[in-house]
Amino acid sequence: MAHGPAKGIGRWLFATNHKDIGTMYLWFSFSMFLLGGAFAMIIRAELFAPGMQLIKPEFFNQMTTMHGLIMVFGAIMPSFVGLANWMIPLQIGAPDMALPRMNNLSFWILPFGFALLASTLFMEGGAPNFGWTFYAPLSTTYAPDTVNFFIFGVHIIGASSIMGSINIIATVLNLRAPGMTMMKLPLFVWTWLITAFLLVAVMPVLAGAVTMMLMDINFGTSFFDAAGGGDPVLFQHIFWFFGHPEVYIIILPAFGVISEIIPTFSRKPLFGYSSMVYATSAIAFLSFIVWAHHMFTTGMPIAGELYFMYATMLIAVPTGVKVFNWITTMFKGSLTFETPMLFAIAVVILFTFGGFTGLMLAVAPADIQYHDSYFVVGHFHYVMVAGAVFSMSGAVYYWLPKWTGKMYDETMGKMQFWIAFVGFNIAFIPQHFLGLAGMPRRYADYALQFSDWNMVSSIGAFMYGAAQLMFLYNVISTIVSGKPSTEEKTWEGAQGLEWTLPSPAPFHTFSTPPKVK
Amino acid sequence: MSTESNYYVPEESRLPVLGALALGLMALGAGLLLNDGASGILWVGTALLVAVMYIWFRTVIRENIAGMNSDQLKRSYVWGMSWFIFSEVMFFAVFFGTLFYVRTLALPWLGGEGDRSDMIHLVWPEFTAQWPLMETPSQAAGSNEFIGPEHNMSFPGWDKMFHWLPLWNTIILLTSSVTVHFAHHAIKHDDRKKFNIWLAVSVLLGIIFLFLQYEEYHEAYTEMGLTLESGIYGSTFFMLTGFHGFHVTMGTFMLLIQLIRGLKGHFSADDQFGFEASSWYWHFVDVVWAGLFLFVYVLA
Repeated sequence: MAHGPAKGIGRWLFATNHKDIGTMYLWFSFSMFLLGGAFAMIIRAELFAPGMQLIKPEFFNQMTTMHGLIMVFGAIMPSFVGLANWMIPLQIGAPDMALPRMNNLSFWILPFGFALLASTLFMEGGAPNFGWTFYAPLSTTYAPDTVNFFIFGVHIIGASSIMGSINIIATVLNLRAPGMTMMKLPLFVWTWLITAFLLVAVMPVLAGAVTMMLMDINFGTSFFDAAGGGDPVLFQHIFWFFGHPEVYIIILPAFGVISEIIPTFSRKPLFGYSSMVYATSAIAFLSFIVWAHHMFTTGMPIAGELYFMYATMLIAVPTGVKVFNWITTMFKGSLTFETPMLFAIAVVILFTFGGFTGLMLAVAPADIQYHDSYFVVGHFHYVMVAGAVFSMSGAVYYWLPKWTGKMYDETMGKMQFWIAFVGFNIAFIPQHFLGLAGMPRRYADYALQFSDWNMVSSIGAFMYGAAQLMFLYNVISTIVSGKPSTEEKTWEGAQGLEWTLPSPAPFHTFSTPPKVK
Repeated sequence: MSTESNYYVPEESRLPVLGALALGLMALGAGLLLNDGASGILWVGTALLVAVMYIWFRTVIRENIAGMNSDQLKRSYVWGMSWFIFSEVMFFAVFFGTLFYVRTLALPWLGGEGDRSDMIHLVWPEFTAQWPLMETPSQAAGSNEFIGPEHNMSFPGWDKMFHWLPLWNTIILLTSSVTVHFAHHAIKHDDRKKFNIWLAVSVLLGIIFLFLQYEEYHEAYTEMGLTLESGIYGSTFFMLTGFHGFHVTMGTFMLLIQLIRGLKGHFSADDQFGFEASSWYWHFVDVVWAGLFLFVYVLA
């Protein structure tokens, strides 16, 4: 292991190096982000004006479904796994991931899984059209034939997630440098440890759900069919028992990233480190016992509605602790506003906004009004996009000099941020208005009174889409022709083991573990 | 925390990407089999996966014999196996959860209990909730969409107790957990002969369990009118016992491999993780069976 990377395609196909595998994860997830983004652009183009302009309603349903599936499972989740691959060994002083060959396997499953999923678009009957939550019986009795490919695709993608998570847990628990105690771990590592635990706990639940779908569709069982004694509502319970931890799987690593960036550019240590760790753990715990707040209108006993309402509101407490800590870290800090910091601050503001609309949705009687409306779409894009994707963009700008040894163009970076920020808000604030005015989600067409805000929202979406192409340009031009930035500590205020390494980080790092005081 | 100065990072390997290809082909092939009845690609994928796993495990075993594995690396394998078993626990939790939900909530609601009884009663007026569910709601409504089972697998009464296969299966599987533990104890004291004998006994018990399980299924399908399609009772029964049986098959196979390795003299008092991991897996399927015996067979 003394030598550098292999030559040719074999370097990537047969990789065991955490940096190479991390790089593949990042590029793969970005390509999925562009694919899912293209679907979003089709959706917004169709909704630009009332009436059916460009596509058929059936295809519109396939677009909303595939947009959600690809963004959640193909773009956001793998992007943070890529970040974990790159950064966790560097941040804990490990030579690599604990199980390097399995690491490669978990990555390479993804291209096959998503090729299978995307290929359903070209099959007879079309792609899955039942929404990314694939509720039975839409996804069983009334599903297109391609649903079987979707199910097996989910199986192998889930296997990839489980293996990736086991690897992360083993790495964090077993490969920390001497002196790197648990309560000295960088917060990004902590959030990923907890995320990996959530993934190992709930991906098998998703596998069980799709397996029961498979049996109902092909082998005559009646899990989700009341005629045989089953219950379609059971599907929703199982799905959201997976689905609610899943949204924290998406957001917790993003919290970790923000907790790295904000102290660096505030030139202060993170405020309330241990409370951050405990808050993250509390959020993870609560994520298992609040799932049915997604089902207030499905029908459940009143005691159930009350319990899930209050339990859900509890989540605001640990989340509030986090937001408080980020703001307090910045308070009286020596702030500068480089691109990563802009993204981080935007996350704090916009994610908090999304959290508040989440609280509105947590109130069962109010939710009965908002449910399945564009208000919900607005809400979860504020947490998914402005929470997870923004912090991912910030993370790329933050660590790009460490990865490549080159500095991005600050002006271009800031410009990209502002276009993304403005575009995002133009796209999604109006969706809250649309929802409150009564526009249901997942519809290909709408009543005339919704025209104006839909047009505004589409314009914002196109702007946000353009910002992502600019992001791609910024990253590539940094790699190709960025100004060399070889000092160990790219950012003046940065703390942590990764900033003790040269930039770009050598192919093999920490072959002998550093001592942490 | 790291204690060694060097952690073995393997050279690049062709196995993982081939394993991913195999899984991709299996997913594609399984879809094609269900949609078009074409099984070719599924077989190619499965064969490739078996080959990859064979070579992969052989590589790992050879690395260990060559002394390339530090104690720290071995701990990584321990964590890996533990969390894998935890993920399996969660997989079974879904099906147990399904069983509990159906028995305690869904069926009573269908039978007219709860807040919305008046409405549900309009849909299934003749249906009575019971467990095991012998008459499905569709039967009660005069349709044959789902036909309940003729007989179920519940406790047949004390007099017929010893003709009840699940009881024997329980005895066999619990015994096998004990014999695996004896094997573990033996190898810890470097008694390889005893180790091999106890492990062979465990494998044999595993095979007997699977044979009886096959008998039970055969009886269910041919004599009891109990199939996958027998409403929710058949669905949950075969899903739970079927996935358990699949795991016992895997576990027996794992123990068999360890037996072959034991006969080759791979294990010693301080190095037997391949066996230990398999034994953990075996204890895990045993615990799942205990849950199945209780909730699927006895409390029915």
